[in-house]
Amino acid sequence: MEQFFKDPSIYTFVRGPLLWLAFLVFFLGIFYRIATTLREAKKEKIVYPYLSLRYTLRSLFRWLIPYGSISMRRHPWFTAITFLFHICLIAVSLFLVAHVELWYESWEIRWWTLPVSLADGMTLIVIFCIILLILRRLFQSDIRFLTSSSDYLVLTLVALPFITGFFAHHELVLEYKTMLTIHMLSGEIMLMAIPFTKLSHMFMFFLTRAHTGSEFGAVRHSRDF
Amino acid sequence: MEFKRKPVTDIGIDETLKRFDEDKIKRAIDWVLNREASARLKVFVETCMRCGMCTTSCHHYLSHDQDPTYAPAGKVKQTIWDILNKKGNVTKEDIKKYARIVFSECNLCRRCVQFCPFGIDIAYLLSVVRRICCLIGAVPQYIQDQALSHMQTTNMLWFRQDEWLDTVQWLEDELKAEIKDAKIPVGKKNAEVLYLAHGLEAKYMTGLLTNMAKIMNVAKIDWTVPDTDGWDYTNKAFYACDFETMGKIVKTHYEVAFRLNVKKIVMGECGHAFRTGIYEGVRYLGWKESPIPYIHGVHFFYELLKEGRIKIAKKIEEPVTIQDPCNIVRYRGMGKMLRYIVSQLCENIIEMTPKDDHNYCCSAGGGMIDAGPAWKSARIEGGKIKAEQIKDTGAKIVIAPCHTCHKGIEDLNEYYKMGVHVKFLTDIIADLMEIPEEMKP
Ligand code: SF4
Ligand code: SF4
Repeated sequence: MEQFFKDPSIYTFVRGPLLWLAFLVFFLGIFYRIATTLREAKKEKIVYPYLSLRYTLRSLFRWLIPYGSISMRRHPWFTAITFLFHICLIAVSLFLVAHVELWYESWEIRWWTLPVSLADGMTLIVIFCIILLILRRLFQSDIRFLTSSSDYLVLTLVALPFITGFFAHHELVLEYKTMLTIHMLSGEIMLMAIPFTKLSHMFMFFLTRAHTGSEFGAVRHSRDF
Repeated sequence: MEFKRKPVTDIGIDETLKRFDEDKIKRAIDWVLNREASARLKVFVETCMRCGMCTTSCHHYLSHDQDPTYAPAGKVKQTIWDILNKKGNVTKEDIKKYARIVFSECNLCRRCVQFCPFGIDIAYLLSVVRRICCLIGAVPQYIQDQALSHMQTTNMLWFRQDEWLDTVQWLEDELKAEIKDAKIPVGKKNAEVLYLAHGLEAKYMTGLLTNMAKIMNVAKIDWTVPDTDGWDYTNKAFYACDFETMGKIVKTHYEVAFRLNVKKIVMGECGHAFRTGIYEGVRYLGWKESPIPYIHGVHFFYELLKEGRIKIAKKIEEPVTIQDPCNIVRYRGMGKMLRYIVSQLCENIIEMTPKDDHNYCCSAGGGMIDAGPAWKSARIEGGKIKAEQIKDTGAKIVIAPCHTCHKGIEDLNEYYKMGVHVKFLTDIIADLMEIPEEMKP
């Protein structure tokens, strides 16, 4: 923040105030989306009375471990791709040295970091998985039928921070600082988009699984996995 | 991929739409979207990642050479997404297409829900569209007719109360030829069990009712059947998402039970009615759970066999396979009880794959069979995968403890030349059980 006031530039803006704004929108946005959903769900007579912690946990467990559900076992490749993709994406965002350093600079907190070369590899995996996901949308008939341009937009939103981060780290294409600025900017846009686009599946997953898991377990006495 | 279908005429849909204009359609849509549906609709539509994990779970997709327009999310796209994209400003042709998809290309079996990583309730999304069609009145004629019959008589086939009483009486007389002093008690107070029958069992399939009565007599159950309307457990209004009538039917059943002061309600082998009786209707009426036990035939037979109230004299030796009706297995986990019963009745059981709560729907459920002759080919085509699944077992007998599965598989059998017999548990048990000497006439 201070840096921006001392030396206002796009770089310091993206690194200071905009980052703040991005996190604010991200957290408040998620809070708002969850709160409104929980409030609206009250109107549905069949949601709250049947929620069951046991079956919510059963459902989450089955769908968070690789190949825990029949659906994942029937789609071995897609499951492998999505798990790799999500694990790498989250790990790199949270445990990249450069990211953790930023937290330390502002808040003096620090946590475990990924070895640089591993993080680099994981970044490539994320990019590679996104390419596969795009190809799947383009060539698999049932998915092409469902896909609209917004789905590609969302994939692009996620791909940009990783591609630019990779380029910046290896000082490719553009000069380091410019690339880093684009990287931070794209990351911030992605963060802000999470609550309000299909990326909201990141947290909505837990709500829909709670309902469906409870409905299957407590009411239908059968499996939702 | 285009939506290509052979034209089908159904006066219930076509004629209704002639009388309706787009304004009224919009009003019906707005009502459902703004007044009835809320969090679930919104969250499910927004959270779908269009990942296609649900695609191959649906027997309609598999039976139609992997045509994406038959895939679960594909059907959602062509109906509710379309309605939402157009903000409810849809044409009559659109409604016709939606009605066709939701009434004749989805059985609301919820198998796809088990395959979605987010647990998106695709069947719920498609039933929101059924509800819209219901408010417009654009529902297959046969379902409309049965729902109307339910409104007036609480049974599905315009049967009058005196006809019911008459039928029960002559069935009792006939049963006396097999069981000495057989009784079908009518309107008896304080009995243990109130038995409800399937509408068809009072008219075309009376043998099934007689067999149930035979089992009741041999097992010495303290039972009764209703002496008023409300004897038919079916609930065809449910298929149209006509919740008001659906609730009224379930309410009538419980009212009869309260009036006769019975301990529990027992019904025969039917799927949808069990689901409405045990929770769908119960929830609509504002109860959390059924106020008195509401027992399905499978559960009832399971207890009779476990407690030794009936004994099986000999077992079937021919290879049999088990059809798991969605409404009692995926919707109520009765697969184990069903298997226990079958193991007591048959020597040689060959399971289908997939089975139990992952089983494929018979393609007749969710109102597809009730949509009538106009839509018969839709369910026969959609049942191709079911026919193959049964053929692969090599079984000669399919045990299907559900009226809809039963008829649906019989039709598949005829069309795909599967060479099987489809049987109810009631008939098999009545046939194989020991009849104590003193009960023989
Ligand atoms: S599996 Fe679920 S999220 Fe994926 S396309 Fe089907 S409904 Fe949508
Ligand atoms: S028929 Fe069953 S599997 Fe297919 S879309 Fe409908 S509910 Fe899903």
